[in-house]
Amino acid sequence: MNWDWSAVRDFMPHFWDGLLVTLQALALGSLISFAVGLVWALLMRTPSRWVRWPVGTITEFIRDTPLLVQLFFLFYVLPEWGLTFSALTTGVVAIGLHYSTYTMQVYRAGIDAVPVGQWEAATALSLPARRTWAAVILPQAIRRVVPALGNYVIAMLKDTPMLMAITVLDMLGEARLFSQQHFQFTEPLTVIGVAFVLISYPASLLLRALERRLVR
Amino acid sequence: MSADTPLMKEPDAHANPPAATGELIRLEKVTKRFGDHTVLDRLDFSVDAGKHVTLIGPSGSGKTTILRMLMTLTKPDEGTITVAGQQLYPAPEKQVREIRKNIGMVFQQFNLFPNMKVLRNITEAPVTVLGLSKDEAEQRARELLDLVGLSDHLDKYPTQLSGGQQQRVAIARALAMRPQVLLLDEVTSALDPELVAGVLDVLRDIARTTDITMLCVTHEMNFARDISDRILMFDSGHVIEAGSPEKIFSEPEQARTREFLSAVL
Repeated sequence: MNWDWSAVRDFMPHFWDGLLVTLQALALGSLISFAVGLVWALLMRTPSRWVRWPVGTITEFIRDTPLLVQLFFLFYVLPEWGLTFSALTTGVVAIGLHYSTYTMQVYRAGIDAVPVGQWEAATALSLPARRTWAAVILPQAIRRVVPALGNYVIAMLKDTPMLMAITVLDMLGEARLFSQQHFQFTEPLTVIGVAFVLISYPASLLLRALERRLVR
Repeated sequence: MSADTPLMKEPDAHANPPAATGELIRLEKVTKRFGDHTVLDRLDFSVDAGKHVTLIGPSGSGKTTILRMLMTLTKPDEGTITVAGQQLYPAPEKQVREIRKNIGMVFQQFNLFPNMKVLRNITEAPVTVLGLSKDEAEQRARELLDLVGLSDHLDKYPTQLSGGQQQRVAIARALAMRPQVLLLDEVTSALDPELVAGVLDVLRDIARTTDITMLCVTHEMNFARDISDRILMFDSGHVIEAGSPEKIFSEPEQARTREFLSAVL
């Protein structure tokens, strides 16, 4: 096995393109998973079981099926129903939705961890339910769960290569394309491997620092 | 702190209706069970407007449960609760919400909102619930913080305060809603002994200078003697003896009351 620096140099422009796509997918997927997960968590708290039952079933279903299957489903089956999105959009939605079923559990734990006395104080002050959630409960719950949400961002980062399966050219997609065109596998795959470490490791250090600051 | 603090008596467009005279709170045949355990058994009692009533008795005798039912934190299993002539239980949710605005509570564990600074802990409900402007609410909060001796701390978070200071903020927060009724649930039980006096002094001041009806659960018998118009002695879900502090503390009729008082005094 020979290491060829010129292959690295040739791959780099493609790498940057792939990195941009990976980071886009990660950022948008994270936002979707944070927002939708919160909606799931709040819906699961409504008194009506006609809301909780369908939400519970849908999210359980999404959580219990592989992301790859969901990607294929959204990419190949939805167009048959007349719904066509770009590959990247499909990927972002799939990954965001998939992870929302995990972040909802994180939010649930965070909400449960807010002491019951906070709810009682809000009742004693006659705060309306909406205000109690927005001003009292969620700020405390979310503060507690930031590190756990961050862990899912790192997990999501490592799942972004699956988008390659629906033709998205993320880092792995670019590396594979380059390898097939130039018959050089070692260099591009090594570069993206190092790139994943360079993103994940500082991110997990940042999370640990956040955890020390926020979870007291 | 001056005795002529105008805080509670000042007429104000946002103040709750003037305190009624006569009977303000009435519980009739109120029963509360937790599982097989009957905490309150067909309890009857009433409190007149402006009076300070203290509930004493051994732990588990249902004193706190009464305060929690009045604050609508828990519901009775049977019976009726009336506040200012309006039924609080059983009642439709809208009516409960209206009555609840006239009732405030201070908790054993303070229950300040840790994500808000002291000032906003106090202004949050007056702005959101009573519709005060931010300026009006802050003005009111500053006066109340002055009353509880914490004017210098309005920009701090609750965790930066001692337990005694937190509890005084919680008292100010409850008063900011100008409640007709103030419920005090063992407000000094979670405090270090040297911080108790400061909190009780604030409450003595409020009892003396306002016409708020106070319902108090405490193990501080000297405090109970100082502020109370009436003392109710609870045991096993019943009021076994009621009377003025002088009567209860000097010449209790019931053996159970004597036994309890000799244990706590």
